[in-house]
Amino acid sequence: MTVPQDLRYTKEDEWVRVEDGEAAVGITAYAQDQLGDIVYVEFPEVGDSFDQDEAFGEVESVKATAELYMPLAGEVIAVNEELEDTPELINQDPYGAWMIRIRIDDPGQVDALLDAEQYGRYLSERE
Amino acid sequence: MPYIPHSNEDRQAMLKAIGVRSVDELFRDVPEAVRFPTLDLPFPLSEMEARWELETLAEANFSVADGPCFLGAGAYHHFVPAVVDSLLRRGEFYTAYTPYQPEVSQGTLQAIFEYQTMICNLTGMEVSNASHYDGATATAEAVITAVNAHRLKRRKVVLSPQLHPEYRDVVRTYTQGMGLTIVGDEDPGADSSQLADRVDGETACLIVQSPNFLGQIEDLPGLAGAAREHRALLVVVTDPIALGLLKPPGDFGADIVVGEGQGMGAGLNLGGPYLGFFATRMEHVRKMAGRLAGQTVDAAGERGFVLTLSTREQHIRRERATSNICTNQGLLVLAAAIYMAALGRCGLRQVAELCYHRAHYAAGRIDELEGFAVLRDKPFFKEFIVHCPRPVREINQYLLDEWGIIGGYDLGRDYPHLQDHVLLCVTEMNPRQEIDVLVEALQEVTE
Amino acid sequence: MTPPLIFELSRSGRCAATLPELDVPPAELPVELLRDDLPLPEVSELDLVRHYTRLSQLNYGIDIGYYPLGSCTMKYNPKINEEMARLPGFVHLHPYQEEETVQGALYLIYSLQTFLAEIGGFAGVSLQPAAGAHGELTGVLMMRAYHLQQGDTGRNVILVPDSAHGTNPATTSMSGMTVVEIPSDGRGNVDMAALQAACQEHGPRLVGMMLTNPNTLGLFDENVAAISELVHRHGGLMYGDGANMNALLGIARPGDLGFDVLHYNLHKTFGTPHGGGGPGSGPVGASARLVDFLPRPIVAVDEARSSDGEMFFAWRDPPQSIGRVKAFYGHFGVMVRAYTYIRMLGAPGLRRVAEHAVLNANYLLSQVRGVYPIPYDRVCMHEFVCEGQVADAPDVRALDISKRLIDYGFHPPTNYFPLIVHEALMIEPTETESKETLDAFAAALRQIAEEARSDPDLLLQAPRQAPLRRLDEVRAAKELRLRWEEQGQELL
Repeated sequence: MTVPQDLRYTKEDEWVRVEDGEAAVGITAYAQDQLGDIVYVEFPEVGDSFDQDEAFGEVESVKATAELYMPLAGEVIAVNEELEDTPELINQDPYGAWMIRIRIDDPGQVDALLDAEQYGRYLSERE
Repeated sequence: MPYIPHSNEDRQAMLKAIGVRSVDELFRDVPEAVRFPTLDLPFPLSEMEARWELETLAEANFSVADGPCFLGAGAYHHFVPAVVDSLLRRGEFYTAYTPYQPEVSQGTLQAIFEYQTMICNLTGMEVSNASHYDGATATAEAVITAVNAHRLKRRKVVLSPQLHPEYRDVVRTYTQGMGLTIVGDEDPGADSSQLADRVDGETACLIVQSPNFLGQIEDLPGLAGAAREHRALLVVVTDPIALGLLKPPGDFGADIVVGEGQGMGAGLNLGGPYLGFFATRMEHVRKMAGRLAGQTVDAAGERGFVLTLSTREQHIRRERATSNICTNQGLLVLAAAIYMAALGRCGLRQVAELCYHRAHYAAGRIDELEGFAVLRDKPFFKEFIVHCPRPVREINQYLLDEWGIIGGYDLGRDYPHLQDHVLLCVTEMNPRQEIDVLVEALQEVTE
Repeated sequence: MTPPLIFELSRSGRCAATLPELDVPPAELPVELLRDDLPLPEVSELDLVRHYTRLSQLNYGIDIGYYPLGSCTMKYNPKINEEMARLPGFVHLHPYQEEETVQGALYLIYSLQTFLAEIGGFAGVSLQPAAGAHGELTGVLMMRAYHLQQGDTGRNVILVPDSAHGTNPATTSMSGMTVVEIPSDGRGNVDMAALQAACQEHGPRLVGMMLTNPNTLGLFDENVAAISELVHRHGGLMYGDGANMNALLGIARPGDLGFDVLHYNLHKTFGTPHGGGGPGSGPVGASARLVDFLPRPIVAVDEARSSDGEMFFAWRDPPQSIGRVKAFYGHFGVMVRAYTYIRMLGAPGLRRVAEHAVLNANYLLSQVRGVYPIPYDRVCMHEFVCEGQVADAPDVRALDISKRLIDYGFHPPTNYFPLIVHEALMIEPTETESKETLDAFAAALRQIAEEARSDPDLLLQAPRQAPLRRLDEVRAAKELRLRWEEQGQELL
């Protein structure tokens, strides 16, 4: 399973790309593999605010569903509408298929996220 | 032994293969103190004895086949063509389970898909599920759908007092743990036009029935406007037979349309099993409960059908599911599909017109009787309110004892302001002659 | 090839029903309220008959062959029950008729309430719930109402084993309560240490526990008495999921095992047909503590209207009723079938049902042992669970074995449930199947295990002997074609 070096991760198998007080969030290669063929993503509305670890949406395959949790507290500033019609992009390119972009409330929370090495170790523990 | 094929030799061979000496040994995990209770049940019967007993019980009832029936109020005496029961009794439909294995369940799945389409066409909606237990539970599920469509942020529900009293009861039972505020029907005499004022920014949905419990056709455009203004969902409970004639609720902007489908191919059966249909707009499809058949292709590219969007359902979503419903009313769905296809474009309209014209004929004749008055403040379809000169119970007793007629529903039971008012129902099963007999009998009541 | 849709057979002007001419002067129609068009199919009666007959032939049912679908109790549905349910004196009863006109029906309902109470060991029964899940909702709302009536307003936790049907947690949430999941132990029982801990942690907030016994592994929980004692000691109530009652008829009464409320499945245990998904019937039995909370109404003897030897039956509302769970009284048509079934079997027949259901399951288990892994291998009740995996055939999954069974003329077992078994195949033979049928099924399972090693494609490409090959469920969920539309059919 690929784990890009330039991203941060959560134990809920989300990746976070942090840039200038904003972050893009998606699910990892491992997560999409566990779910199988993804058929739908339920997004929050732009402008919604969530606490860290609060559920902001949901991702569905044919036989499974997983909640999506906020890796960082913040306000949703964009959702990836492309995924509404082509959710399979998440399977094809999990690290390209961002789901939401957020404005980060507390940059201090970023440091507590897993880095690629830690997430990789976490994955191998679960194998 | 009924229905058990084992011979003694079979049993011995099987016990030997298992490695036990007796069947009793298989139950060692059951606490001994309560193992093998003696059940106090009547002595077993052979098939012919069972038949005699059941026939005796059936004959002890006076049914709508034994005399004219003018009783409706949510369960209706409609005609069922012979093809309906003949086809749905086929063992391949009857003895199948829920179509989990689509390769060997295409019959059930395609029939559900056709049913879903016909319900959409009838109601003017975009998507129908494979049904709920009955009209009342479909209404309760509509409330839950509406609350979830608002992401649980709205917890107020406005109910029309002219929604079937038992449906209102069921909505309250279903939702008693959900922390909802249910308003609108505090005054059973209030007119549905007053409901618009009860809808606000906290309201998840407004529920109206049309034709309502009193048989009246509601002003849906007016109510739809109020719902739209506050982004509350408009739930319309309706009678599918009336939709043979009347504009579908979808045309008025209904968000969810539900109702009792018993009139489409199911007998009265003392209240069940019936069929709760449920249709909505595509934007709510993931908040809708219930089974859903969808079209796809097989590995060879042939068209086929599967149960789809299962991720909404309890077996996958478990505690995050919005409803615990598993099955649908499979055979009733099939009956309704066959019924709708048998009657079709012209036939259902004809049934609806027969109901409408005969009900209006009956209302006109009864209105002329001394002491009786038909309430006509709103248009009606097949049921209408009659003010009687004597208590409804007495009139019904007289109709039954002297004329063998099953009279109407005593509205005083649920609506204090309608003491001495009866709700009469006339369908295509009541020819003119029966109506004339009813009129004659009612005339006698006052003499 | 699947047949055309009924809409594709439609030709303008056809109709498969005849209706009487209008025999009254027409009333004025409210033009502004009328619909413009009614887009329903237009077919002849023969077209209609052929269409649905053809559809039926694409189905598999118990009348065709062996249907070992675990947890569903696919036993033979006796034909006499169908005849009885269609007696005109039952079919043509309106639910709002006066009680004196339906005494035969009320007698039947009263008797069935009494029979089920006796079979389950309960103080009272309501026949109103329409299905098992509906009975669950009823039972959980009754437990909730009981605590509230006791003035105990802080209870909102329900314990559910990890082997439970999905309906258990879904029902809990629907009732506004929180699920706490309890793991299973190595023998497939509820893990007592975990239960103890949960009771301690949630004691004052405990509504009760939902337990299926025999559980979904087909095992009778060896600690059921201790579980019930523990939950009760913490002020909780025991809910019994009666999905597996077929194993307990005349063997043990759930009321005697400590359950306060339980739903029966008339369509599983008492031989009424499943009908491709319904109608079921999910009556609820309640202990003395909960009987007043049953949904309204139930049938009782009206002493005031009874006379020497002649009982009069009437509808009664239990005093603390949670309310109605559906309109009218329940699935009366299904009750007639179950009543007929119980009358024909009586107490000795019902016990033989459970004995043979359990005998058949253990026999089949003995024939499958060594072919497929059995994760909890002990004496089972009416069903058992094995793993759909074959050594040396890593690509083969439970689903492939199931689909290959179709080619052998059998309906597959339940797949991927319970969730605690990897690649689960849940097999429930039922008592109405003969030894020859079980032998043939076991032989097919052995043959399929062989094929998995020698020619796995036979499994991976299965079924080939069915009306259709495997269906594309991903496409169905993505495209969401949920009704027929005139345009767009050519896209497929």
